[in-house]
Parts: sequence; structure tokens; C-alpha cells
Amino acid sequence: MHVEEKLTAETFPAEPERATLEGKNKFLGFWFFLGGETVLFASLFATFIALRDKTAGGPTSEELFQMPVVFVATMLLLTSSLTSVYAIHHMKNFDFKKMQLWFGITVLLGLAFLGLEIFEFYEYVHEGLKYSTSAFSSAFYTLVGLHGSHVAFGLSWILTLMIRNAKRGLNLYNAPKFYLASLYWHFIDVVWVFIFTVVYLMGMVG
Amino acid sequence: MAQHANSENPNVNLAYRRKKNAEEMKRQVISFVLMILLTLIAFFAVGYDKFSHWFSIPFILLLAIVQVMFQLYYFMHMSHKGHEFPAIFMYGGVFVAFLTVWAFATIVWW
Repeated sequence: MHVEEKLTAETFPAEPERATLEGKNKFLGFWFFLGGETVLFASLFATFIALRDKTAGGPTSEELFQMPVVFVATMLLLTSSLTSVYAIHHMKNFDFKKMQLWFGITVLLGLAFLGLEIFEFYEYVHEGLKYSTSAFSSAFYTLVGLHGSHVAFGLSWILTLMIRNAKRGLNLYNAPKFYLASLYWHFIDVVWVFIFTVVYLMGMVG
Repeated sequence: MAQHANSENPNVNLAYRRKKNAEEMKRQVISFVLMILLTLIAFFAVGYDKFSHWFSIPFILLLAIVQVMFQLYYFMHMSHKGHEFPAIFMYGGVFVAFLTVWAFATIVWW
């Protein structure tokens, strides 16, 4: 199928993200990138695991971490992962408006998550955990901060796609773009699952 | 050829695809509910004082791995066909990730 083909719900392909050569290439390339991201985050997780007890007299994770904040953040991000699944579901049904709506909800949930994280970092700095306080603090802010910047990037990516294509509607040119943005968003949630487990929950156990 | 005639009628095809998509969405919601449950169990296991950390840490790590599998195979559609290369890329990444974490965790063991 061709990128510029005018489509209706009847002629829209079942897998619009891979119906064109460009879409197929993007799909492969993006998964390759996610494999690389896995390695990048692993190196930061490894550093954090090695240094998590080296607090150099500064605050420890047991003193800092609050279960309710982490729990709410986890629920927000997990739910936003489901809402972007809904968006892609409507994309496959060729329902552009519903896709935009669910991506919009995803963005709102992501913003709430990001706000919570900024508030959390602000609290930690006030309790004396600065970036250079200890090996633990540097490893913590680098790992969780890089995840937060992924959230910020993912939000601007989805928003840009939504605004840029608002009047264009759905076609085989932008379907792969929306699809990959949602993959990226799920990957952010994958990383968060390990962050809340390894950094927060293990930090509270000691 | 009679079977083929159906798939060439775009309207029949559309109804079929909508139905398939709806079934797929149902499975996605079920995996979401399971992921929420796994998260709740992990938080509970840490909040409950009577578990020693020799039990709770491996336990919550296992829950995290299961939850990530749901995320990859259902939310990111890796269970669909045509995901052989994504699987190679991800498992390649996971292998390097595992080695890296293993090396760093054991180097500070003593």
C-alpha cells in the first residue's frame, strides 16, 4: 500500500503501522532502539544497585521514600499505559477522534506523574539529598531523573503528533508515528516497573 | 474460492476486523487488571512486616518480571506475528542488561 493513499474504514489495513515500507522500517528501527535503551537503563540500574548503601552520612532511602507517593505515581503511569492501548485500538478501527481523545487522556496522566516526580525531588532536596550529597544520591537522581526526562520527551512527542495531525486525520503516513509513540510510552512504563521495584520498594525494605 | 469471496468484500472484512479488535481489547483490559494486582501484591509484600527481606526482595523482583512480560507481550503486541526481530533486539538487550547488573552486583558483594 502507498503512503498517500486515501483510505476509508473499509480499506484501512489491519496493521496500518506496517502497511508501507516506511512503516515497516520505522517499526524495526524503533524496536532496535528500544533494545539499546534497555542496555542504557541497565547500566544505570547496575550503578544504582552497587551504590545504594553508600550514603556518605546523607539521608538514606529508608528515611526518604514514602510509600503513598510511589504508589500513586505507579498507578498513574500504569493507567496511562492502558489508555494508550485504547488509543491504538481506535487507530486500528480507523476512528481518529477517539484515538486523539485517548492519547489526550494519556498525556494528562503522564503530566500528573511528572508533576508528582518534580514535587518528590523538591522534597528530597529540602531534606538534604542533593545531587552531589552521596554516591547513592547521584545514582538515584541519574536513574530516576533519566526516566523522568523520558516521560517529558514522550509527552511532548505524543502532544506534537496530536497537534500536527489534528486536521489531517489518520493515514498510512502518520499511523506508524502514532504507533511508535505508544510503544515508547509502554517502554517508559516497563522501566518504571523496575524503578518502583528496585529503587523504591527494595529501598524501603533496606 | 468460496471462502475467498468473503474476505474480498470490504464490509464483511471490516465487521470481522472490528470484532477481532474488540476481542483483542478485552485481553488488554484483563492483562491491565492482572498488572494492577501484581503491583498491589508487591507493595503489600513490602509493607507487611512479617516477611523477611530474604523473601520479599526476590519475590517482588519476580512480580516485576511477570508484569513486564505482560507489558511487552500484550500492551506492546509482541505476542502478535511479525515480531521475531523485535524479540531478538529485546532479548539481546535483556541479555546485556542482565550481565551488566550481575557484574555490578557481584563486584560490590564483598
